[in-house]
Amino acid sequence: MDTPLIEFNDVTKSFGSRMVLDRVNLQIYEGQVTTIIGLSGSGKSVLLKHIIGLLKPDEGTILFKGKPLATMKKKEKAAFLAQISYMFQDNALFDSMTVHENIALPLRETTNLKKDEIDLRVTARIEQSELSDAAAKYPSELSGGMQKRAALARALVTDPKIVLFDEPTSGQDPVRKNAILSMIAEYQRKFGFTAVLVSHEIPDVYFISNRILALYDRAIVFQGTPEELENFDHPFKDEVIHSLEGLQEELTGLYSKRQFKVLYQVQLKQKTFSGTYTVVVFTLEEMDVFITRLGHEAAQEAIRRMGVYIDKHFGAIGGFSTRRYTNEFVTVLPNSDLAEVESMLKNFIDDFQEKGIRGIGAAALKHAASEVRVEFSILAGISQGQPIEDIDSVIGSAKQQQKEIARIRCDVRR
Amino acid sequence: MAPNADSQSPSKGEARWPLVMVLTSPFAAIGRAAIRWSGNLGASAVFLLLAILKIVRPKQVSKIIQQVYFIGAKSTMIIMLVGLFTGMVMGLQSYRALVKVGAEGALCTLVALSLVRELGPVLTAIMIAARAGSAITAEIGIQRISEQIDALDTMRIDPLRYLISPRIAASIISFPLLTALFDLIGIVGGYISGVLLLGANAGTYLHRVQASMEMKDVTEGFIKAIVFAVIVSTVCCYQGYFAHMRTDSHGAKAVGLATTSAVVLSCVLILVADYVVTSLLV
Repeated sequence: MDTPLIEFNDVTKSFGSRMVLDRVNLQIYEGQVTTIIGLSGSGKSVLLKHIIGLLKPDEGTILFKGKPLATMKKKEKAAFLAQISYMFQDNALFDSMTVHENIALPLRETTNLKKDEIDLRVTARIEQSELSDAAAKYPSELSGGMQKRAALARALVTDPKIVLFDEPTSGQDPVRKNAILSMIAEYQRKFGFTAVLVSHEIPDVYFISNRILALYDRAIVFQGTPEELENFDHPFKDEVIHSLEGLQEELTGLYSKRQFKVLYQVQLKQKTFSGTYTVVVFTLEEMDVFITRLGHEAAQEAIRRMGVYIDKHFGAIGGFSTRRYTNEFVTVLPNSDLAEVESMLKNFIDDFQEKGIRGIGAAALKHAASEVRVEFSILAGISQGQPIEDIDSVIGSAKQQQKEIARIRCDVRR
Repeated sequence: MAPNADSQSPSKGEARWPLVMVLTSPFAAIGRAAIRWSGNLGASAVFLLLAILKIVRPKQVSKIIQQVYFIGAKSTMIIMLVGLFTGMVMGLQSYRALVKVGAEGALCTLVALSLVRELGPVLTAIMIAARAGSAITAEIGIQRISEQIDALDTMRIDPLRYLISPRIAASIISFPLLTALFDLIGIVGGYISGVLLLGANAGTYLHRVQASMEMKDVTEGFIKAIVFAVIVSTVCCYQGYFAHMRTDSHGAKAVGLATTSAVVLSCVLILVADYVVTSLLV
């Protein structure tokens, strides 16, 4: 591999008696998106601040293109720092300046550009960041997402070669989080800078990252691609990744959303898969009535059995599934055409109606006081997609195609 | 000698140590405070020196003008108001005292010299410390705790050059000008109370303004104004700039305490410096 652009050799940092980084070793390569993941308070931001020189290591060396920062001459160091931009977790926008003034500040203060040229560049960045309406506003008048975009625009206005993002998506709603990550990925492709991110957004950051660095117990315990991280056997995975991605899909035994996305990425996006794939979206309808009349336990059992039967029928032929919402399941079938899927769906429903619903009645017995009959529907929608398409849009299309494929009757007799 | 840790009952040595600790703790506290104070004093001196060196850099003029507007122009009204009433009170008190010894003709001499040499620079500096100094500390303190100063660093904008130097330069420009305004309005105030309200001779009052005042008096006042400008701007900027390093509090509370410290310390140092400068110039 090439010489790393930035390298940490046994970097140690303590604040008083509290050691935050303990002999950290890492490499960051030019032109890549590198994401540092770890739990809150594990020292990710401290690590980032060492790169830009806001903090200095107690021990160890930080190298830029193989040269230690500590031994660089003043001019060399200034030239190195001139290539870096930093986007703060809380944006650090100047609250007494408008968005335009904030973005113009680094150009105004560190270059000899004329006012017209500065205005031109700033306006271009503002337009790219979709902040035209907010250019004359103060940061306090903007939403959190707009502030993030303003901070991003300020970080990029000097055309830096390295951009450090300290939790760029913190405090954002899921839609905005993805928008910010997409924006970073898009800008990185467009301008070719080296990006270093600190983020908790697993698995979303995997899809924009070339390399992942895992900070755990004050040290870097993993460096590699997102796919390699999947096969990484370390307590970090249990303690950090699983806690960050939320509850595992223990109920249904299906893949978690993270695993599902990683599989999608690995099988359909990054390999030489060139054909089409099929997506099936299942929904258990009228679950509210089900819960009211048969109880939560029976509803959970219905969901669990649905997952088990989906996996049984579609997992066997290379499909992978996850539960998107409480009562919605998604299955991706990489090597099946529509006719095959229709046929498999029929088998699945027959099997589920015959055997799948048996356990539901038993679970409902605890709740139902007397004889109860409940009916619910299973909807399914099928859509085909190609690797270049966004999985969410294919899922959306399948959801639009949904129709009732079975009406399940559940009788409970005491 | 260290106490014997293995013994079952407290030894004489053990019993004596806490007593020694109690007796010496006030001195230890004074020592710690003295070390902290001298450390801060040294750091402030370096801070001031670096900031002054960075005044003469490109792109500083507009920032200095902005700060002159904030520290100087926007303090004009309050300085005029305080100057007027200070002069009026001085006229009133001095006239009553001078009448008793039949020296009411010296009213203007007393009012003008007191204002130009002493009260003008001191009260102007205290008023600016209260109005602009507190605002400077709060603004810089908030910029510090919200990482805006770190952001300047990451953008390769020297925070000392960008934030501190213009404020110190603007203070050095504004303080003497505001002191002159204070003196002028104070003398007018003395005229209003002494001449217009109490009936002292107007011609004598106006003549004495010119006759009793020497250039040395004006110079002394201006030297004090410049010394106070350096003290107030350095203390206020320093307190805000290092608000995050306070050991007694954090965040917004640290900024609040830094602002209080800045104003109190500025006022105390103004009075101390006033004595020192007066004793050197007299």
